[in-house]
Parts: sequence; C-alpha cells; structure tokens
Amino acid sequence: MQNSEKRSMTEVHNLRDVAIIGIGETQIGELWDKSLRELGIEAGLKALKDAGLHGDEVEKLYVGNMSAGKLINQEHVAPLIADYAGISEVPSTRIESGSASGGMALAEGYKAVASGMEDIVVVGGAEKMTDVGEQEAKDILSSTADQEWETVFGATFDSLYAMMARYHMDNHGTTKDQLAQVAVKNHANAAKNPNAQYPRETSKKFVKNAPMVADPLGMFDCAPISDGGAAVVLCPAERADSFDGDPVEIVSLGQGGDHMAVHERRDIGTMKATERAAKKAYKRASVKPQDIDFAEVHDNYTITEIMAIEDLGFFEKGEGGRATEEGKTELNSDISINTSGGLKAKGRPVGAVGLNQAVEAVLQLRGEAGERQVDQPGYGLIHNIGGTGASAIVHILRRWS
Amino acid sequence: MKPKDDVGIKGYAGYVPKYRIAPKEVGDVWGKDGELMGRSLRINSKSVPSPDEDVVTISTQAAKWAMERAEIDSDEIDAIYVGSESHPYAVKPTATIVAASLAASPNLTAADYEFACKAGTAAFQTCMGLVSSGMIENGMAIGADTSQGAPGDALEFSAAAGGAAYLIGSENILARFNYTCSYTTDTPDFWRREGEKYPQHGGRFTGKPAYFKHITNCTNKLLKETGKEPGDYDYAVFHQPNGKFPMKAAKKMGFSKEQIEPGLLVTRIGNTYSGAVPLGLAATLDQAEPGDKILVTSYGSGAGSDSFDIVVTDNIEKVKEQSVPKIEEVISKEEFISYAKYAKFREKIHDGGA
Amino acid sequence: MPIPRFWREIKQRYKGIGSRCENCGKIYFPPRKICPECRRESFQKMEEYELEGKGEVVTYTKINEPHPEFEMLSPYIMAIVETEEGARLTGHLVDADIEDVEPGMKVEATMRKLGEESRDGLIYYGYKFWPLDR
Repeated sequence: MQNSEKRSMTEVHNLRDVAIIGIGETQIGELWDKSLRELGIEAGLKALKDAGLHGDEVEKLYVGNMSAGKLINQEHVAPLIADYAGISEVPSTRIESGSASGGMALAEGYKAVASGMEDIVVVGGAEKMTDVGEQEAKDILSSTADQEWETVFGATFDSLYAMMARYHMDNHGTTKDQLAQVAVKNHANAAKNPNAQYPRETSKKFVKNAPMVADPLGMFDCAPISDGGAAVVLCPAERADSFDGDPVEIVSLGQGGDHMAVHERRDIGTMKATERAAKKAYKRASVKPQDIDFAEVHDNYTITEIMAIEDLGFFEKGEGGRATEEGKTELNSDISINTSGGLKAKGRPVGAVGLNQAVEAVLQLRGEAGERQVDQPGYGLIHNIGGTGASAIVHILRRWS
Repeated sequence: MKPKDDVGIKGYAGYVPKYRIAPKEVGDVWGKDGELMGRSLRINSKSVPSPDEDVVTISTQAAKWAMERAEIDSDEIDAIYVGSESHPYAVKPTATIVAASLAASPNLTAADYEFACKAGTAAFQTCMGLVSSGMIENGMAIGADTSQGAPGDALEFSAAAGGAAYLIGSENILARFNYTCSYTTDTPDFWRREGEKYPQHGGRFTGKPAYFKHITNCTNKLLKETGKEPGDYDYAVFHQPNGKFPMKAAKKMGFSKEQIEPGLLVTRIGNTYSGAVPLGLAATLDQAEPGDKILVTSYGSGAGSDSFDIVVTDNIEKVKEQSVPKIEEVISKEEFISYAKYAKFREKIHDGGA
Repeated sequence: MPIPRFWREIKQRYKGIGSRCENCGKIYFPPRKICPECRRESFQKMEEYELEGKGEVVTYTKINEPHPEFEMLSPYIMAIVETEEGARLTGHLVDADIEDVEPGMKVEATMRKLGEESRDGLIYYGYKFWPLDR
C-alpha cells in the first residue's frame, strides 16, 4: 500500500471517515447530589438527544473512567452505565489510561466506526471524585505515577509536576509569572463557560500568592478535584447529515508513549508522549501545527499547558512561557488555547476530560461557543495525557462537509 | 578473658543524627531550671533522631562507613550483632536488615542484643570470641540507640540517639583487643517492661550501687588481670550517662581528665546508651597514634560492665587519609529544635488524624 | 504497600542494585530484564549491578502538601538524582536547606525509614539522599 503525503489517513488505511453527530456534558464541580452512573447517563442522554437518537440505534458504548474502583469501590463500570441508561443489551467497554482515559476511549470509538465494525457508537467519560475525602482523591490521582520508584519514596503527583516546572524554569527561563498567566487566561475563558467549575476570573497576584503545594507550584497552579461527565455520539461521516447535530469530523488521531517515571526522561521539561502523539496526528491529517486554530490541551497544572503548547509544535521548545505572557494563546490571538477554561478552571473530572475537550472542540467548530467563540475555526486539536505523561493522545477535528 | 589469637578492629565508624535540643528548652516546658540541670549533668545538648531515623538506619550508616574503613567486601562479613535497647522491632532483628543493606546476606550469622547501655560491647565480646577462635574471619559489632525518656522525667535531659559500628577481625587490624573482662550482677537500677514505651529508674540508686560499683569493679579487675596501672594508658573511655559520672569515676580510679576527654562526647550529644562507649572509642581512635593504649569500660543497667584493653597498631595511620567522616565531623553537624518539634519527632504527641 | 511487594524490592531499596547490559555496558536502575537500547541482543545478558550511591541533583522541589504517610517530615525536599553510573532515581533529599539546593549539587544515598504499614505493622526502609559535603 502506498503512503503518499496527499492521501488522508482514511484513504491510506482503507477506513471510513468518522463524524461526531451529538455532544453532551454535565455541569462540572463538586456534585454531591449525583452518583457516577447519573453523571454518565446525563451526559450520554444529552448527546443522544443532540444527535436526534433514541438509544436503540447505539451499537457500542465506550466509557472513559480512571478509577471508579478506588473512588467508589466499583469496577466494571461500562455495563453499569449502559444499564442505567436503559441500554443494558449494548456491548460496552471501559478504557483506562490515567487522565487520558477519555481521550483513549474516544480513539477506541473512532476505530470501531472507522473500521466498519460499528456504525453508531457512544463514547462517554465520567468520574466521581468527591465521595472520598480530598486527600484520598489526591492519593488516588497519585496512583498513576510510578508507585515503586516515585510515590513510595515520598513523591506526590504535584511534586512530580513541580520538578518538571523547576526543570523548565532552570533550563528555559520560564517564570512563575508566566505560569500564573496560564491560570489567569483559563479562568477568563471559563468565566464565559456555564458548565465550568470556576466560572470566574482570577489575577496573577492571587495565583502567585496562593499557598505553596510543591515549589514552584501553588494551590492555584493545580487543577481541582471534580465530578463530571461528557459524551459524544459517533457515526460514519457519510451518514452524518441524516442526524440532527451539526457534524464535526475526526480527521486523525495519534497516540504516544513515554517512560512511566519522570526521572527516566532525559529531558524532564518535555513530554515525548505528546510529541509522538502530535507527530502522528499531524502526519495522518496532512496538516502542520500552524494550521491548527484552537486547541484544548491538558492543563492539569499551569506548567503542563506551557509544555504542551511547545510539544504540540505551536511554539518552540522553551518559548511556551513567553508566548503565554505575550498573549499569544489568548482567545482569538495566534492560537486559542483552552477556550473552555481547561482542566484548571473548567474542571478535571478525570475520565471525562478527554470528552469535555471533544465537546468544546465540536462547539467551536459548529460556531456554538458563544462568548468563547474562535473566529471561523478551520482545524481544532484536543490533547489528553495520562499520569505524569507516560501516555498521550491527540485528535484533530474539523467541520464535516 | 584473653583471646586465643590476634583479634582487633579492622574498621570503625559512628553516626549521630543532626538535630539537637538544649536542656533549657526541656526545662522551660516542665517548670525546671533547664540550664542548671544541664550544668549539673554536664550536658549542653543532646541528639534527637529525625522521624525517618531509627536504630536500623543509624546502624546501617555506621556499618557502611566502617566497611569503607575496613576495606573488605560485604560477602566477607561472617557475623553481625546489633546491641540496643530501642530496636524498632521487639521481634525481628535489626541485624538482619543491616545485613541486607550491606549485601552480606545470606551467608552469615546474626542476632540482636539487649543489655541496656552495654549491648554494644556485648557484641564486641561475641565477635572477639568468634574471630579469635578461628570460627569466623570478620564480625560486625554495633551499638546504637534512639532511647527515650518519659515526658517530664529527668531522662529527657539526657536520653539521646546515635551509634557506632566495628568490623572485628584478625588481619590488617587498626587496634588489637588484648584482653576483656566483665562484671555482671542482678541490680534493679533501670528497666523497661515489655510493651512499655518509657523506662523506669531508681533515681539516686543508679549511682553508687549501679554505675560506680560496676565500672569501678570491672576496670579494677581488668587492671589486676593484665597487671597494669591507670597511668599505663594513653586514653580511657567510660560509659557516659551524663558528663559528671565518668569524670567522677575516672578520678576515683586514678585516671586523668586528659585521658578521658577525647572519648567524652556526652556533653555535646547526650547519652546515646548502647552507642555511647562505641562512639567514645571511635572518637578516641580518630586521634590515636600507633602504640597508644586505650582502656574501655562500658556499663549497662540491670547490670553489668565490660572492660577492654586495646592497643593501637601502625595501621591506624591509614585512617587519616580515608574519606570516611571522623566522629568530630559527624557530630559538628547540628540543628537545634524546639521542645514542640522534639515532642513531635519522638512521637510524644501525635497528629489528631493519625 | 503489601509485604511481598516490598520484600521483592529490598535489594533495590537497601542496596541500589540495578542491572548492567553486558552488550552495551549501560547501567539501569531499577533492574531490567532487557536493555531498551540493545533489545534482543541483551536477552539473558543483563547482570546485577550495584550502584555506588553517589550522584547529583537534576531537578527538585519542596513539598508542602505530602501524602499522609509523610506528614511528619513536612515540608521536605524531593529530588531527581542522576547517579555517577548514569541511572536516575527519585528520592527525598535530607539534611539540606532548600536555598542551597541547585541542579548539579553532589549527593550521596543513605538509608532512612520510608514509612510503615501501620503503628504495629512492618517498617519500610529505603534510600534517601544527603549532600556529599554534609
């Protein structure tokens, strides 16, 4: 089989084009009244409604969820959600990859449709983090780091990212001000997002004066603990117009891997998993970073956004902090990063994050993002990482025509 | 007790945690004149272990350095004995963990000893016997403690943490054990029941009928059996529960202040129990010259004393070039803390969430 | 951490025993069954190798919010250390002031308590680092 630059991924691999025809998401925050299954089905039912489907058309369900086993002592959550949604006969699978569970679930859904095996697939993500205490929730997040060689020695999840931040600052001159600017920008965006956990602006001073968690990261450099759910409905693109929702195409995807332990990575200020995932996604879509108009990137910490915009190729390595400071990632600037508010301000219901990103991307590409709207977006990109960066997945989307 | 064949110290080293607390700090909390207590005990500060230190970690660090000094491989260690009254486990020997961290496992014999403050020197005698009888080549004897005093008790001014390790063998020795003897009785001066956190003691009873009786009788026995006089020795190291007792005992027996000075660490680090005499001897060896003669007498409540007649060999010269830190270097690392922090570290108070 | 899991790794935690690829000479910690560089060539050619314990700081942080097991020592310094053999480890840096810590600082391994299963449970020991010029 020839691999020409000009032919699309789907042509090359004899796949079908895949479109998103319905989206749904819950409010994100500390949702005491809602259980995991309620979060899952609320998002899923909204997505089906958006697509104009009843539910009996669904052929397969993928659920992204990181840690229901530890958070609510429940494994086997995919059939649980299917059952509660009234479609218990539908085959379902849970996908787990730390915080990238949602993005990875989307990838699996994509492959099911693209391969021709299924037509209508629902991909949902949900996480219920507040049934356990805050410290326990943080411990559970930490379990995505290397237990044998990092956490047992006293490293917290926060401290591993803090060391990446310190490394980035020492090697590239990134400043605490620049880190704070990421939070400021994302909160400003979230203030325009009705589903956000923190729909209010903040200031650099406020972020920098926050209590230290692990130097140089303070409390407001870190994404919150959140409950939430989000879902999309996929179908073969050639059938997309027969449904209600404005279809958006998943043009390509790429997944990448890296060492589990942060210390194994030669360049601690780079996430090779992101680089690898992005490279594949760009190649398969035949686009370059400059072609991307907006991106939802994984900002579980302010430093992670700075590294992501470099590793995704939007800015040179080491320039991420400066670019943020100069406003180049603001809404409708050089490239709009995290118009939804990101994990930092919109919230971080772990298994749902990848799908929250997909929902924002679809809203943007449909022109339905309200005050957060990016001007005439062509291509959008969503980026989801797992743990401290051992896994990463990138999807590139555009309006279907 | 005279060893059958040549036996001596091939390597030695000590470790003391860096935290210190001053007597005034302790006294202020309990309404006592801490400074006066300190002066009367001749203790200016005592060492406090960090929450992540214990007899295992102290013994391991001392043993590692002692191995470096001895310049032998870990698979050449045939025995390890650790003497302490604050072993982390009542059942599960400190010695096996030390063995594993020196990579001496599994071909060795090991056990833990308890004899209040003289468990370390009991380990010396065992290794001496095993080596000089030809049963083993190299034995490691360690004395270490992280002992505690009950809140408000006089022992809070002196109970400290530290330890030293000795690699004992017959070749390339830095100092030879010429002779050893012991004086052992059933004396109830200080004890701790199984399961209890803090010891109990007989107050003034711990003086004459306990410490002084055993130290004096044992030392005099050694002098008699070796035909020596106090003046024959360059140095003497006595157990040091405070700075006053050893000076009084020395004077009584005819030893001078100059002889005991180098081995008297209690003023700066407090009473390190089973680590006290091993550390005092280590500090003495750090400055010894070939041919120097050292007398050592330990004391452990319950009660007993072990005495040793030691002579330094020419090999002591190489100690000067080695990078293993000397006792002075180790104990000059100091960080003073408050009583509150001390109480937290020593688990006299616990966080409510625990 | 369950007892058997911790016990399996005593050699690594107490002694820093990793492996060396007989094919290319690269040192790995923790030990590996195959060398990522040589892959198939290294199969059954990985020998045990003990790290000396000396290295330097690559990057670090000061943790103010630790996991509950480490509350007693809070705040403390966490560092990524590269040993002289080229292996990298993550560990707690003790006996150092944050003001003095910088990339390139020379450190050495020492054994400390990492934690315990419970008040009456097993105690976990392992490596931490302190400055070489302590």
